[in-house]
Amino acid sequence: MAEKKKKLMQGNEACAEGALYAGCRFYAGYPITPSTEIAEVMSVRLPKIGGKFIQMEDEIASIGAIIGASLAGMKTLTATSGPGFSLKQEGLGYACIAEIPCVIVDVMRGGPSTGYPTGPSQSDIMQAKWGTHGDHPAISLAPAYVQEILTETVRAFNLAEKYRTPVVILYDEIVGHMREPITIPEPGEIEVIDRAAPACPPEEYFPYDNNFLVAPLAPFGEGYRFHVTGLNHKNDGFPTNDPKIIEENNLRIMRKIDENRADIWKNEEFGVDDAEVLVFSIGSTARSARYAANAARGSGIKAGLLRPITIWPFPDAAVEELAKRVKAIIVPELNLGQMVGEVKRAANGACAVEGIHRVDGEPINPAQILDVIKKYR
Amino acid sequence: MSAQAVKQKVSVPFDYDKYLRPGKLPHIWCPGCGHGIVLKSLLRALDKAAYDKNDICMVSGIGCSSRTPGYVDFNTLHTIHGRAFSFATGVKFAKPKMKVIVVTGDGDALAIGGNHFIHTCRRNIDMTILVYSNSIYGMTGGQYSPTTPEGSIATTSRYGNIEPPFDVCEMAKAAGATFVARGTAYHTLELEKILFEALEHKGTSVVDIIDSCPIYYGRMNKFKSASQMMDVIEKEGTVSVKQADKLPAEKLEGKLLRGVLHKVERPEYCETYETVIMGKAAGK
Repeated sequence: MAEKKKKLMQGNEACAEGALYAGCRFYAGYPITPSTEIAEVMSVRLPKIGGKFIQMEDEIASIGAIIGASLAGMKTLTATSGPGFSLKQEGLGYACIAEIPCVIVDVMRGGPSTGYPTGPSQSDIMQAKWGTHGDHPAISLAPAYVQEILTETVRAFNLAEKYRTPVVILYDEIVGHMREPITIPEPGEIEVIDRAAPACPPEEYFPYDNNFLVAPLAPFGEGYRFHVTGLNHKNDGFPTNDPKIIEENNLRIMRKIDENRADIWKNEEFGVDDAEVLVFSIGSTARSARYAANAARGSGIKAGLLRPITIWPFPDAAVEELAKRVKAIIVPELNLGQMVGEVKRAANGACAVEGIHRVDGEPINPAQILDVIKKYR
Repeated sequence: MSAQAVKQKVSVPFDYDKYLRPGKLPHIWCPGCGHGIVLKSLLRALDKAAYDKNDICMVSGIGCSSRTPGYVDFNTLHTIHGRAFSFATGVKFAKPKMKVIVVTGDGDALAIGGNHFIHTCRRNIDMTILVYSNSIYGMTGGQYSPTTPEGSIATTSRYGNIEPPFDVCEMAKAAGATFVARGTAYHTLELEKILFEALEHKGTSVVDIIDSCPIYYGRMNKFKSASQMMDVIEKEGTVSVKQADKLPAEKLEGKLLRGVLHKVERPEYCETYETVIMGKAAGK
């Protein structure tokens, strides 16, 4: 096979490529820095292949539209940044309880509020998990390279379709706007998953059938006339006040994720086997961390990197295991301490855990991380 | 055939069961509420239009009127407060063959959903919007809404409402809706005709339906009964556009016009996307 041609592409463009590859044919969004390029690419590409692009009146309408379109049977995407992600939270919760697959990209910028629109940040990690009210499942992916944004966007759609749930892609502005040479995969090269369709006739269909962990989802307009609501509901989709059924469903939507963590988790490891000092980091910060770990090894310190590509569900098992083998886990992140608390919880006192935090709109550089690694030599 | 049999055939009742989901009644609406009457007119209009039930999608937000989708045998989507228009836009744009109906209330459509309402009208995307205007937030127990008349009492306007109400029809028209009408729960046969025309219109059709909430709005504003409230607000408080032409201005003061108030042809959003955007994209 001839070597595939590389393309120089920006992270946000790669995200759009990944969505198209995964079969996304519906985009609704609202302009916001630093994610707008995703909408721009989708607005050009979708109509060429029979897809739909709409610029909605606001962020809230955008998530509403992708949920509606998903119910009509399409794979759907919206993209935003911190302020828009805040506005989408109620819709995100709706997609969780009503179990509607969709993908939301949050290209993280400095906050709070309008903050620093063109500056990088990793301060929406907790928002991706806890932003919407009520207990709910969360899947969130955190790519760090332009090529990986493409492949992880495909995986985000796959997970959304497989588990009938919204999936959030989180990456910082640096990765979103960085240009790197990437390869567009051939059709069939990466697995693409479509949601399960009901195998039964309409009269036997229950959209929230508790006999399944993830019930098949029929599209609207194909003879399966059913009800969808954000209220706690029974297996037929209609509201209920029955405490037993409410609890059963609230627990089931959590179990969808909890029982499949091994399928959803994905980490990149660098030099962890003999590591004495471990760095735990995502996105652009992980790129600095990898450089720092390498440099540390050059000066005789056994340093490694654990880079979660799935940030929610949190990689508890990997952290717990590594915490028993290392002296310290260093957690550099572009916020005032979000992942570091989770790492401390998972490490459970087995090793020292130290955060490196930065909220001045500048990236965490390798030297900053190396200095802290050296403390634990 | 006997005379008796002929008589029976003539009086065959309308088969509401054809459109109602079995086992979902009684509904949640209070005694005297007009929402059930509006639903009746809507089902009759839909029957006349004879759409395939599989193609009908009813979308609602949050509130008393937004509970309607739970009772009807269509593809039904009960969404979040104020956002029914956005979800409906997603369904329609993704699958233009769907007949999309949005059922909403004055608070849902005009306060929290006001932005989505005007932009839906502006796009002229093909859907029929029924705004059940009873001038109160009923589900939460009687707070003033964007259609509550000035001076009215609500649980959050104990000293009288100081905010002027929206005219739903004027707003829809200004925003770009291509079919705008007003009916009432009192004029049920007229409402059925208006709803049929709205459903058959290509583009965004908005029907403002004057309806009353005797339990909250009625009690707080000293109405004697549900029927007296209908008489005052829906019967005496409105004039049909046909009658209005013949009446002197002083007789129209303070009254809302009923009937089809605005009807124009303008390209529909989904069709324009296909012809213009997809057409140009294919050429590039």
